[in-house]
Amino acid sequence: MLKRPAFYIDMEACTGCKTCMIACIDKHDLPKGILWRRVSEYTGGDWNKDGNGKYHQNVFAYYLSISCNHCENPICVRSCPTTAMHKGPDGIVSVDHDKCVGCRYCEWGCPYSAPQYSEGLGKMTKCDFCRDYQREGKSPACVAACPNRALHYGEYEELADKYGSENLVAPLPSPNITQPNLIITPNRNAKPAGSQAGKISNPEEV
Amino acid sequence: MSKENSAPSKKKKGVSRRNVLKWTAALGGVASLSAGGLFYGLKKANRQPNSDEKIVWASCNVNCGSRCALRAHVSDGVVTRIETDNLGKDTYGSHQVRACLRGRSMRRRMYAPERLKYPMKRVGKRGEGNFERISWDEAYALVAKRLKKAIDEHGNESVYLNYGTGNLGATLSKSWPPGATPIARLMNCLGGYLNHYGDYSAAQIEYALPFTYGSGWVDGNTYADITNTELFVMFGNNPAATRMSGGGLVNDIVQARKKSGAKIIVIDPRYTDTAAVAADEWIPIHPGTDAALVCGLAHVLITEKIVDDDFLKKCCVGYDEDSLPEGIPAGNSYKSYILGKGDDKTPKTPKWASEITGIPEKRIIQLAHEIGRAKPCFITQGWGIQRQANGEQNCRAICMLPILTGNVGVQGGNTGAREGSFGIPFAGFPTLENPVKTSISVFGWTDAIVRGPEMTATRDGVQGRDRLIAPIKFIWNYAGNCIINQHSDSNRTHEILQDESKCETIVVIDNFMTPSARYADILLPAAFNLEEDDFAVCGWTSTMAYQIFAPKAVEPFFESRTVYDICTGVAERMGVRNAFTEGRTRNDWAHWVYAKQRANTPDLPENLDDAFTQGVFKYERKGKPAVPYKSFREDPKTNPLPTPSGKIEIFSKRLWNIAHTWELREGDVISALPQYTPTWEGVSDPLRSEFPLQLIGHHYKQRTHSTYGNVDWLKQVAPQELWINPVDAEKRGIKHGDMVKVFNKRGTVIVPAKVTPRIMPGVLTLPQGAWYTPGKDGIDQGGCVNVLTSQRPTPLSKGNPQHTNLVQVEKA
Ligand code: SF4
Repeated sequence: MLKRPAFYIDMEACTGCKTCMIACIDKHDLPKGILWRRVSEYTGGDWNKDGNGKYHQNVFAYYLSISCNHCENPICVRSCPTTAMHKGPDGIVSVDHDKCVGCRYCEWGCPYSAPQYSEGLGKMTKCDFCRDYQREGKSPACVAACPNRALHYGEYEELADKYGSENLVAPLPSPNITQPNLIITPNRNAKPAGSQAGKISNPEEV
Repeated sequence: MSKENSAPSKKKKGVSRRNVLKWTAALGGVASLSAGGLFYGLKKANRQPNSDEKIVWASCNVNCGSRCALRAHVSDGVVTRIETDNLGKDTYGSHQVRACLRGRSMRRRMYAPERLKYPMKRVGKRGEGNFERISWDEAYALVAKRLKKAIDEHGNESVYLNYGTGNLGATLSKSWPPGATPIARLMNCLGGYLNHYGDYSAAQIEYALPFTYGSGWVDGNTYADITNTELFVMFGNNPAATRMSGGGLVNDIVQARKKSGAKIIVIDPRYTDTAAVAADEWIPIHPGTDAALVCGLAHVLITEKIVDDDFLKKCCVGYDEDSLPEGIPAGNSYKSYILGKGDDKTPKTPKWASEITGIPEKRIIQLAHEIGRAKPCFITQGWGIQRQANGEQNCRAICMLPILTGNVGVQGGNTGAREGSFGIPFAGFPTLENPVKTSISVFGWTDAIVRGPEMTATRDGVQGRDRLIAPIKFIWNYAGNCIINQHSDSNRTHEILQDESKCETIVVIDNFMTPSARYADILLPAAFNLEEDDFAVCGWTSTMAYQIFAPKAVEPFFESRTVYDICTGVAERMGVRNAFTEGRTRNDWAHWVYAKQRANTPDLPENLDDAFTQGVFKYERKGKPAVPYKSFREDPKTNPLPTPSGKIEIFSKRLWNIAHTWELREGDVISALPQYTPTWEGVSDPLRSEFPLQLIGHHYKQRTHSTYGNVDWLKQVAPQELWINPVDAEKRGIKHGDMVKVFNKRGTVIVPAKVTPRIMPGVLTLPQGAWYTPGKDGIDQGGCVNVLTSQRPTPLSKGNPQHTNLVQVEKA
């Protein structure tokens, strides 16, 4: 097992196909309404007419596939009153259902919407980094599924050595809140975190 | 749950109670599928796989242009999880053929509530969807009776095999082309059936480009050649939605882009996912005006003398007056047309093109410079452009850019056709020969029901006869949703099919109660592809071909049967069982086909079971990407093209003759040169005063056409939405997520709006393939674009102009 597992996203390769989402739903049998991995579409740009009545535009869009980042400083763990939410020795942040009372504080705390409440269970659920697959030496379902090889995982330090430690891409929150184990290679459309150039344009899908 | 679910089977050799319970669990929801009743497997970290769990290779056989390998986890006779190709190290060239989101939802599709369980016959009116369960014996007898009646009373040419691509890429159970299916074999044993030519994907380009480049498929350079080009220009073409496999073209384009320094430009009314991931620039264009843009570009190239004169002289006819074919009056060359010296006396200046396309004049001039100066330049087109009322013109026109600039037949160039693919052939199931040679356009079947014998060669594109001798009376519809969903003008089709005196019988063989299945008179449940042995052939790729060997993973659902067995049952009632089967079972044919394939690719294992165990076989293409038309370009005299002149025919005398002999509808144009022709419901149609918005219907990740359109997982992550620009939305008070009504004279659709700058002003797009779901008032609640599309065929190929529509939209 890894010590500090992290996700790496190559935005140059992500087409927003959402195969990762379906692989996750299938692997974990997620019921409707619970999406441990979500692909947001970030879109911006305007249309303006010139003197000849022709439009000019500066439209851009890109996708970001985000699940739980198994953060170094997980706010969900900090906000859990029962210690159900915990970061294991394998670096994976998960919920102990024997302790979870479904108070949803973790959900309100997490800026990535990773912990999600299950009506059926009355408890929180979240990405467990496919701990079972990792134990078997397999990649997490989402990573193994990615048709364009945009999504990877590995030891944080190794990924950071190879790809740098950038993860300041809009619409992600400031990494200072939780220190996410997430590394991103931005593509040419990517806007810096905090940018007002676009907005999440598929709120109904995430 | 319906009553049918728990009804015990009437047949002795029917389905065991045990199986029914398992399936019921699968249908009932995910909870009961998880080991030990755990709610959606939350404790799977400690889950021990069931002792009988096995993993079986499977394939996704749909008409997406790709083809993917799946690994089905099977437990207690039920598919419980789907993974994809995990072989090897995933090095590009021998990479994994990873499925897209749709393939990964396969088990949800397979066990969808719409899955058919028993043979049924219609009760009530066609299209109402009321059926009564019958036995297979009754079903075979009924089909045979109706088929005999049609053949006896109207002849074999009244029997039609409708286009269907729901099981495309399979071998024994393939549904496309219809002529290669077991149904064709059955009909060929009975004297044949009415053929069709073309397909709903690419009817216009397949018909038109051979006039330019010669008969047969007009090939292109592959995406791998993006690494060898300076400028890559895509007219439409969105592999991120139309070639989605991780072993397919979308991955090829992503990989090539990383290695390439080429600039990438996407010209499309919509900022596609391909534009988002790969393009350096997006140039929005009014739908149906690509040929006008090409004319404007050609004007710059010609007047500024940045054309490749040597190439034009050596390899082409009709560029200038000197190379016009004999007997053609002066003023008909391409150059004359562009410079305004032809009949229309209109110079096709960038300003002229700008008014039509909506692209600023300056940008057109600059683009011409970029295309003219890039050496080489790779120009490609998708197929949306040709599914326009002037589609044949658009696709031929785009080819003019590489022709004028001499980028045909060179490394890093292209013909202007869609990019090429690398594949290896797979042996087929033999279907014998159809004694009937008569053929209609794939899009012409509703007309052939209504006015069959009035349809002629020169008016309606009938082939093999001067006119049809019978209307269509009997339709076989296997794994297809063109009866109502994917054919144009659903409401008109509904009207036509309501009259049972016209088309008397519709037999549908499918997995699901699709919108088309609702129109069946006899509805037969087919085994799902994971419920039978089959071979899947490679999809479109650039660098690596592959084959997938997919054994049966689970037993057929309830009473479903393989299409081969269904045809055998009908063959027996028709007295041709022996001719149909040649004494072979489906399993015997599987071995027969495998033996044939081994003769082509001897490195396959001797034993079919070993192939089923290995699952995927890959073949890397080594060396530089192929360059089609290279030998022609280098020595056109020795290696002529299969055109009448042996050269690239910018001016086609064959088209000139067609234009002078065919009867065309008012406003339709066929021309010897590729030119811009304004059309009905195009950007300049006065009808825009009433219906101001152009509507197209893009391919969408949620579905492959309409296949997978019933899968709830996919609807959740990629819902059906109408794309509308904020400029158009604001005018109408429409906000993101509002329900809107899209309508024209043909029908009305209600759908949520996606307000996005990714579609240009004046244009809407409603992704095609959503399942037609009319309410009592006839208004479609499913978001099916074909409620709004027209059955008027294109002038030349008589194909489907499904992106040529004018509509209005308002808040619902
Ligand atoms: S729909 Fe096409 S790309 Fe997606 S899994 Fe099936 S074959 Fe592959």
